[in-house]
Amino acid sequence: MREISHVEIMSSGHARGDRMVQWVVYFAAILVSAAFVWIVWDLVRGGIGHLSWTFLVESSRDAGRAGGIGAVLVSTVLVLLIALAVALPLGWATGALLAEYVPAAGGLGHTVRYSLQVLAAVPSIVFGLFGNIFFCVYLGLGFSILSGGLTLACMLLPILVSTAEAGLRAVPGAHRLSATALGMSRTATLWHVLLPAAAPALVAGLLLGIGRAMAETAALLFTSGYVDRMPDSLLDSGRTLAVHIFDLSMNVPGGDAPAYASALVLIAALLLINVLAMRFAAGWQRGKMVTV
Amino acid sequence: MNVRGRRGPGKPEADQVVAGENNSYTLGPMQAGPACCAPQPLIRVRNFSLFYGGRTALDNISLDIYRGCITALIGPSGCGKTSFLSSINRLTDLIPGCSITGRMHIDDSDIHGPATDLQALRRQIGMVFQKPSPFPFSIYRNIELPLHEHGIKRREDKDAIIQRVLQDVGLWNEVQDRLHSSALSLSGGQQQRLCIARALALDPQILLMDEPCSALDPIASGVVEDLISRLRGRYTIIIVTHNLAQARRVANYAAFFWVKDHAGRLVEFGHCRQVFESPAHELTAAYVNGARG
Repeated sequence: MREISHVEIMSSGHARGDRMVQWVVYFAAILVSAAFVWIVWDLVRGGIGHLSWTFLVESSRDAGRAGGIGAVLVSTVLVLLIALAVALPLGWATGALLAEYVPAAGGLGHTVRYSLQVLAAVPSIVFGLFGNIFFCVYLGLGFSILSGGLTLACMLLPILVSTAEAGLRAVPGAHRLSATALGMSRTATLWHVLLPAAAPALVAGLLLGIGRAMAETAALLFTSGYVDRMPDSLLDSGRTLAVHIFDLSMNVPGGDAPAYASALVLIAALLLINVLAMRFAAGWQRGKMVTV
Repeated sequence: MNVRGRRGPGKPEADQVVAGENNSYTLGPMQAGPACCAPQPLIRVRNFSLFYGGRTALDNISLDIYRGCITALIGPSGCGKTSFLSSINRLTDLIPGCSITGRMHIDDSDIHGPATDLQALRRQIGMVFQKPSPFPFSIYRNIELPLHEHGIKRREDKDAIIQRVLQDVGLWNEVQDRLHSSALSLSGGQQQRLCIARALALDPQILLMDEPCSALDPIASGVVEDLISRLRGRYTIIIVTHNLAQARRVANYAAFFWVKDHAGRLVEFGHCRQVFESPAHELTAAYVNGARG
């Protein structure tokens, strides 16, 4: 029997349409990757010359033109840790409430979800003003790393809650049934089955959150301030990397090279966190971390 | 007697793995436990009805499930077989608006009584679902989780139980070198046997099986079916199946459900052979001969 070729069974019009769609899809993907490569390339080109060990550990001098980003890195890590320490438990617990404990529609779930949607749409500068009024002034924390971290935590909540809820909802119902049929309590099911099964989604949310926190400038200008000294305590003002980059490129003539180098450090840190978090999630899920 | 029925409309047995004499639907030899020939009720169901909101799903069911035997629930889709099965371990509690009347006893304890300890009840009753549903963790962790939950925490105890149940389901040789790799890397049939092992780990008296073979290919289905036959005697098994040939092969007793006035009713209950070969009710006769349903 004669072999029927691919082209024969498809009218040429269809084939042309298919090819075009294929081109468009490829083009879009290449464009997206190209943008990423271009940004990284630009950062590496502009920043690598300025990057050194001393740049990473020294405090900045002369408004950041000289010296390094040691103090800025410490402030960044502290602000991030405070934000996550507050937002992760709150966010994941709320996500668990929405996904597992209240009906999908109506009542409390609806109210919580609606307020989170509003919160997610609030511009970060408004968070900054709120943080300034509430944490800095009303609670008397002043311009401090603590105020900045708490403000960031408020900003991260919508992301963490919605990713946790979506992740838990995506866990197949069969796992809940199996766990219940095995006599596991609701809490044990959530803790030992659903949360580990949703780990990739939780980590994805965490990464989005870290990304947003590391990139945040506006909300922090009003709360953690932009003092670039090494902080002595959480109540000291501290400048994060993003604020540092903003300040160098906007307010400091001749600050381009250190700005580039700082941005390169920021991107590298994000990539590193990404890789580590993914590996952690894989390990958690396979059950190795809980069995050994 | 080792007569294998071939009248049912189910899958031809030719592609099943050839099985031993345990595969007979008659009251074949048992590994242990009391003989089915002297039926001894373990679960007694009296005037049991189940409602989802205002809708009646099961209407006035009364039957005995005999200790150590395999009872098959057969009937068309939507006739309440699965609802009946999940009211035995009270998974129906998870469904909002679900209520019951009538009674269901295991020995002397009322399953739906207010004093029932659900954890203890479900520890006594293992359940296997239609779709293999191992947790997305390691093989070891899958069985360890329920053990841990029920207070078995010493490493040696857990290891011993995990090895025993994996041997019971014939999976030990296949997975002993990769207990810590993901359960999702197993084939469908292996996953289903892992789920059976997980249910056996808590040493239940009763096993509920909701179409345990219907999502499997014929070979894997044959392996699981053999396994179910081997469990006869050690456990009291209630199996929902749409595969009539399978019901004839594995079950000692059969309960035929049918939908009447939108509610599931028990039409006939009896020895598997009697239900299939000389049914008392004309609906049963039509169903097992493939004329209805």
